[in-house]
Amino acid sequence: MDTDYKYEPKNGLTRWLDSRLPLMRFTSEHVLQFPTPKNLNYFWTFGFILTMCLVTQIITGIILAMHYAPSTLLAFDSVEHIMRNVNYGWLIRYMHSNGASMFFLAVFIHMFRGLYYGSYKEPREVIWILGCIIYLLMIVTAFMGYVLPWGQMSFWGATVIINLVGTLPLIGESLTQMLLGGFAVDNPTLNRFFSLHYLLPFIIFGVVLLHIWALHVPGNNNPVGLSVQGKQDTVSFHPYYTVKDFFAYTVFLLLFCYFIFYNPNALGHADNYIEADAMVTPAHIVPEWYLLPFYAILRAVPDKLAGVLLMFGAIAVLFFLPWLDTAKVRSGRYRPIFRYFYVLFVIDCLILGYLGAQVPEGIYLFLSRVTTIYYFAFFLLVLPVLGRIEKVKPMPIGISNSELSTDMVAAE
Amino acid sequence: MSDTLDDDKPTRRDFLYITTGAFGVVGAASVAWPLIDQLNPDASVKAVSTIEVDISSIEPGSFLKVAWRGKPIYIRRRTTEEIAEAEKDDNLNLPDPQKDIDRVQKKEWLVVVGVCTHLGCIPIANQGEYEGWFCPCHGSHYDISGRIRKGPAPTNLEVPPYEFVSDSLIKIG
Repeated sequence: MDTDYKYEPKNGLTRWLDSRLPLMRFTSEHVLQFPTPKNLNYFWTFGFILTMCLVTQIITGIILAMHYAPSTLLAFDSVEHIMRNVNYGWLIRYMHSNGASMFFLAVFIHMFRGLYYGSYKEPREVIWILGCIIYLLMIVTAFMGYVLPWGQMSFWGATVIINLVGTLPLIGESLTQMLLGGFAVDNPTLNRFFSLHYLLPFIIFGVVLLHIWALHVPGNNNPVGLSVQGKQDTVSFHPYYTVKDFFAYTVFLLLFCYFIFYNPNALGHADNYIEADAMVTPAHIVPEWYLLPFYAILRAVPDKLAGVLLMFGAIAVLFFLPWLDTAKVRSGRYRPIFRYFYVLFVIDCLILGYLGAQVPEGIYLFLSRVTTIYYFAFFLLVLPVLGRIEKVKPMPIGISNSELSTDMVAAE
Repeated sequence: MSDTLDDDKPTRRDFLYITTGAFGVVGAASVAWPLIDQLNPDASVKAVSTIEVDISSIEPGSFLKVAWRGKPIYIRRRTTEEIAEAEKDDNLNLPDPQKDIDRVQKKEWLVVVGVCTHLGCIPIANQGEYEGWFCPCHGSHYDISGRIRKGPAPTNLEVPPYEFVSDSLIKIG
């Protein structure tokens, strides 16, 4: 975004630094004074909340790694050691384990916000795709992290998920062995998962920087979905949005603290407090709650390979969203029919999440098929067709001008 | 550059570019391979990929559960009635058709990998509608020959490679 504001070094020292490393200029122009649409609502605070989630996970994770032992003989005991002996170890571990859940909660809200307000549409396609990459990396990281405590659910969750790879024709079996480093989930698997679980958050951090870089080219989308037309439409990021973001984060922390201090195991599974046993399967293998919708899709199909492809397809389809949605109008506010389909889609995802935790038989199986069909139909049928036939509601002609116009192009 | 050079003709420099590039790619690939291959099962894992099991203590109608490659193996000594039952069902319309005789080396001994072919859980022996195995995870029923009869599992319980070293000793792997 072309910023009207230009940084002026105020004294000799900052002038000297500015001509060598323009760090102050960057901070000033891209953080403090960055022109941000003045009409952003609280759904726009989740970018900051997510950054804080990532920082929390990295800090607590590095500390946990100081006390954790990545070996099948020691892993489970070392986690209990953290919980019982390490000073505040229980707190740091609960921050990390519940932090993962809060991270996903925030990312879901962030993604649903983007979906509603059309934040993936031209010229923000690359921001959306980078976001999808971050989401994918988060899933992989969380999955590997869940294996590290070496409980029953760690072990069997990993077994089920890695066995999915085995369904691929020809290369399936040798690829599975390569991922496992053996014939079943064992010490080599645990060690490499630990190594990668430590690495991936830093990769995520790198992609987050790209995500923000890409965001700072066109600037933020906003609830009316219109482009910024001039200075009258923006306020500086600081103090307006720094304060708003911190306030929202504080409220978010209340929920986070509720889980840490009052219900730290509510989102986990009791079976993970039993040490991994390769010879005994728990009665119900369920992944963490944030993976349940995809687990439901996996089990909705009778054919194993088709189930696996559909599950990966459910994430892959997100990458094509900018081109699947043919509507030129960004914000869902002015798309009366889209709104119904959107609400239905949110409910659909919630039901899929519920079904992922049930045994796929009878009514649950039937429902997971219906919801899986709608999940894909929303992207592949509703969005492409709706953009062509839907009559949009009258829109304001600018962010600061509430005069209405039905001609979206004129408004731009 | 000299005007006399024919643009279409490969030059000495083109040759150098291509050979340098090719050597670079081969070099990078040869360094990459060890980095990838280290992921594969290592020597210590492969070393224990064969086990020998003493089966002399197994009574008819009972089974032994042993660990092989980190997975459970069921070695089941079947009674005459059980064998008859398994063979009786040979010609039924099975989800994964296989005759009982093709799944055993000696009719009395059934050796199968105790990993559900659905999503890798461990089925429980002597349970389910067919008194063979029952997987508690998603409800797959296997018969006395380890064949899938009902439920989401696509194929029969896998028969591992094994051989009888003697009447009382089986080598698996």
